[in-house]
Amino acid sequence: MTTAVAPAPTEHDHHEHPSWLAHHFDDAEQQFDAGKMGMWLFLVTEVLFFSGMFCAYALYRNRNPEVFEFCSTFLNEKLGAINTGVLLFSSLTMAWAVRASQLKETKTLIGMLGATLGCAAIFLGVKAVEYSHKWALGLFPGKFYISQVAGAPHSEVPYLWYLSIAPLVMLVCFILYYIYGIVTASKFHLRVAGPLVIAAACFFGGVGLGLVLEAEEGHGDTHASASHQEHSADHAHTDAAIPTVNLLSTDTAPLNDVATTPAESNTPDSSVNQKGMAGLFFSIYYCMTGVHAFHILGGMLVITWLIVKAANLEFHSKYYGPVDNVGLYWHLVDFIWIFLFPLLYLIT
Amino acid sequence: MIPAFFADINESFWFPKQASTFAKDVDFLYDAILWISIFFFVPIVAAMIYFSIKYRDRPGYKGSTEAIHNTTIEILWSVIPTFIAGWIFWMGLVGYLDMQRPPPAGTEDIKVIAKRWNWNFKYKNGAEHPELHVPVGKAAKMIMRSDDVLHSFYVPAFRIKRDIVPGRYNYTWFQPTIEGTYDLFCSEYCGDNHSTMNAKVFVDSEEKYAKFLAEAIKEPEDLVERGKWLYERKACKGCHYAGKDGAQGPGPSYNGSWGKPVPLAVGGEVQFDENYVSESILNPIAKARKGYENASAMPSYKGQLKEEQIEALIAFIKSLESATPPTKK
Amino acid sequence: MSVVTKPVTMPAPNLVAGEEDNYLTHSSGFLSWALTLDHKRIGLMYLTCVMASFALGGILALLVRIHLWNPNLDPTQALFSNKVYNQIFTLHGAVMVFLFIIPSIPAALGNFLLPIMLGSKDVAFPRLNLGSFYLWVAGALFFLFSMFATGLDTGWTFYTPYSIESQGPVVAATMGVFVLGFSSIFTGLNFIVTINTMRPPGMTWFRMPLFLWAIYSTAIIQVLATPVLGITMLLLAAERILGIGIFDAKMNGDPVAFQHFFWFYSHPAVYIMILPAMGIISELMSVHSHKGILGYRMIAYSSIAIALFGFLVWGHHMFTSGMADVTTIVFSALTFTVSIPSAIKVFNWIGTMYQGTVSLNTPMVYALAFIFLFTIGGLTGLFLGALSTDMHLHATYFVVAHFHYVMMGGTLVAFLGGLFHWWPKMTGKMFNDFAGIVSAAIVFVGFNLTFLPQFVLGTRGMPRRYASYALEFQDLHRLSTIGAVMLGTGLLVAALTLLHSLFYGSKAPRNPWGGATLEWECSSPPPHDNFSSAPTVGDPYDFSNIEYDPKVGGYFKKK
Repeated sequence: MTTAVAPAPTEHDHHEHPSWLAHHFDDAEQQFDAGKMGMWLFLVTEVLFFSGMFCAYALYRNRNPEVFEFCSTFLNEKLGAINTGVLLFSSLTMAWAVRASQLKETKTLIGMLGATLGCAAIFLGVKAVEYSHKWALGLFPGKFYISQVAGAPHSEVPYLWYLSIAPLVMLVCFILYYIYGIVTASKFHLRVAGPLVIAAACFFGGVGLGLVLEAEEGHGDTHASASHQEHSADHAHTDAAIPTVNLLSTDTAPLNDVATTPAESNTPDSSVNQKGMAGLFFSIYYCMTGVHAFHILGGMLVITWLIVKAANLEFHSKYYGPVDNVGLYWHLVDFIWIFLFPLLYLIT
Repeated sequence: MIPAFFADINESFWFPKQASTFAKDVDFLYDAILWISIFFFVPIVAAMIYFSIKYRDRPGYKGSTEAIHNTTIEILWSVIPTFIAGWIFWMGLVGYLDMQRPPPAGTEDIKVIAKRWNWNFKYKNGAEHPELHVPVGKAAKMIMRSDDVLHSFYVPAFRIKRDIVPGRYNYTWFQPTIEGTYDLFCSEYCGDNHSTMNAKVFVDSEEKYAKFLAEAIKEPEDLVERGKWLYERKACKGCHYAGKDGAQGPGPSYNGSWGKPVPLAVGGEVQFDENYVSESILNPIAKARKGYENASAMPSYKGQLKEEQIEALIAFIKSLESATPPTKK
Repeated sequence: MSVVTKPVTMPAPNLVAGEEDNYLTHSSGFLSWALTLDHKRIGLMYLTCVMASFALGGILALLVRIHLWNPNLDPTQALFSNKVYNQIFTLHGAVMVFLFIIPSIPAALGNFLLPIMLGSKDVAFPRLNLGSFYLWVAGALFFLFSMFATGLDTGWTFYTPYSIESQGPVVAATMGVFVLGFSSIFTGLNFIVTINTMRPPGMTWFRMPLFLWAIYSTAIIQVLATPVLGITMLLLAAERILGIGIFDAKMNGDPVAFQHFFWFYSHPAVYIMILPAMGIISELMSVHSHKGILGYRMIAYSSIAIALFGFLVWGHHMFTSGMADVTTIVFSALTFTVSIPSAIKVFNWIGTMYQGTVSLNTPMVYALAFIFLFTIGGLTGLFLGALSTDMHLHATYFVVAHFHYVMMGGTLVAFLGGLFHWWPKMTGKMFNDFAGIVSAAIVFVGFNLTFLPQFVLGTRGMPRRYASYALEFQDLHRLSTIGAVMLGTGLLVAALTLLHSLFYGSKAPRNPWGGATLEWECSSPPPHDNFSSAPTVGDPYDFSNIEYDPKVGGYFKKK
């Protein structure tokens, strides 16, 4: 959170005050304490913010446990597990960055912040694969949910490409920025641009990783290394992409009927496989993971801001509050994921 | 000017008639709390006025500046209100449990369907009626559901209220004690014509009630009358203005519509005739009228109305050919 | 905590303000205001905007009352169509709650006063403070948009499923509430951190003025409750955009869940509105009685108690919704526990006057009006907390009257009292006391005339949010409308009194009322930095050494 940082004194010239100490604070300790407390309170609000969705989760899981079991089989726990690992690792690098900022080890600090940023990008890359895959299957939230039918053709919309446009543009911009740094021979710009380029590239690393794992799940899909679009198109013709539906169908009644006349069929899976049931699960899934992903994005923004400050050599043993506080925030974002992963992916 | 609320001597200043078994208890508790409130309020205000006169700032007077400490009185004025609040809670709880307990055996079960902005009551013999009739002295149980948004079933004279939540059945019951006609309000905001979503409750004697049931199930013979009868029962009335009884709602008025060209939302016109009416009843969005693009708010009546019922409705609308439409705001 | 050691000569205590730099003249130009980090300027900007919102909400309220002059049994003859009427009362509620009452005392007066009363130079995060203000502006723009777009008609509570189906711009409004929520959260967060970490030496917890205790309790609620409103509004927006179905019965969702989510915030929000008002009254009663407050600790603790209990009673808005009996009963019981701390406060305020020296000036008259009105508001809450009577009174005009007695008779009147009380400090100008008292009297009479009849309307069964009514209710409705016009007149007189003082008011002394809290020790208006050195902190309610100096028309502290 940017606000934990004191503004530089503008009008008041207290000679006792160094530039990093805001005019209304008496000393570094007070400033640090205030920032820290502010961040903890902010984290409390964040927990409460998510708690609303956890309540919704608890309410609907309690009401329809079978829906949650059915739907969670559509979630690829390998991707979830990889993301959990990536985020845990990023917590480590973030903690390391805090230490480096106290010791004024600028190089390590920028490296660790860059690593954290990279992990976040990998996380989002994997998430992009997950989302696009679900959209191709028609696993949309609420009223847009399309009842799952074995063997039905999947959407050919290249969702993954859409999700990749913004990171791609950013990657190009960052590379240009890096070149600008080389041209102007500015150490500052190079320090900033380096981690950004790597982080943007990491997104596509995450996408690649996600595709490989998703392909494994798809039983012998040999086109994992092919381009994204081909890949999703391949999936579109692979029944194995939704094997879980067949597993759940205890009787052999075709699910096609379900979509049109849900009321007449009363097999547990068919009553589940509709907008007001499975659709609701995916509503909760997208709300929770989506809001979490926005928090990752927010975290990436402030980490970028930290990198700029670090490249400016602003942190030292008396002024490292911002790194510490962003670190706290980052740990909370990880922490929330650690709850989301088992609650959504590991139900069965 | 004598205010209207003094006019009816059967009613108190505060309350409408006590017309159910719950009313007495509710009013008793209300009065009790009222007197407790007066008991606290009057001394508070009296002390406030007295102190601000007696200790007012004036030449030659200087009051104390020290804060008072009196533990006894502070404990007293914390503990006494606590007990009183506890008593009020207890009385409220008792009254509430009385309303929540299962009604006495042999209730008159009536299904209540709340739909914007109409009430519809289904009686045990299958009759449907837009007004609520209940026999006097017998517990009546309301089995309530909503077809669209939240509504609330409120009869002030019975002192009962229960929200009607879509997606579930909510229940309430009451035992009317006095024959008469009472107001029934929707008390949960439900959109445009929330304030006209009212009905009357008729508390009838046993014979009158039986007679009502027998009559309510018969559709009128006359085609136009029958159309009007359906208009009132099939939730047309909530949205479409007709005659002088309708609510000027989101739907087009029936008055003076017959035979005129209807501009369509998608452009073009169509004649307001038998075909148009029957198509609009069965498939409301097919030819949405200009200015009423939201025709999807109207449910399809396919399978709910018989062929001759649609004919009756057509006859009813036709009968309003020369009625003046409401001035649109 | 080390104190900045810079030799400062304290000006003579009874110096007339004006000869030194103050925060208003410190710098000039539009940007010096728009980008200011000074809590006093931010407070003043909040005050301006909040008052503008109040004027808007007030006009909407008058429109509602004028519409209800007639029973409107024939909707074609009514002043507004039902749809427009619904939009007006929705916006009246939403504007008053989200744009006026919630930010009024904490964000406007609190921002101005909190650091000065505490003896610090600014709040802990001045930039966040400015950010909160602009979030408020952004939220207000969303509201204005929803007003001028197609008209929001969901009621300020946004109950589902109507809010899912309504044709109004619900998404814009929910985004407005979402943004305003974060404005409120950041303000609260800022205040908590400021009070916890920036108290100068000597300012112990129990030397804090009660206004700060109240603001602190309020801030706790703002930080703990508002995020839930945020997520609720986000889910509602998702409901409309994506059809997620969580609150939609058609999709197997639960509309009552929305009510739980909504009231989990919005009930504590009631205490966001009333607690700061109670804080103001504690200050006003003691300063204008020139007497230490009775039961300082009781009042301080009861603020915190109200803040915490306030989290446990949200269900009492839903007694008729068909919750499980046990839930209903528990919520009713908890509701009664909240009434006790409020009652204690009223007794303490009255007791403070006993044997004091009561100055009946404008702020004090408003404070007395507050006690009268708030007591009615509180006592009528008992009727609604008791389950069986609530079955009858829920969602009727009784509820409308009850919460207006608390929100308007309570918060607004206290806000006006506080505004008059600190006006000389904020602007450096004295207002015409007689005109102020007249405004208080008109507001008081007009208010009671507006809302007392509504209690009777409610018990007689008049449901709220009705654009038309049965003929039997006409007389009471007309009384209420007459009262509303009178109330509006009184508020206009108050506004004119304050505006008049800006141009023609005499210079305000440092301490016009004889207060003992720290804000009265800096000049009126205060200098840019509030205190050039940490002030000496004493008992905020020790009036024994405060004396009147007729030469400056104000008080000073005897050394």
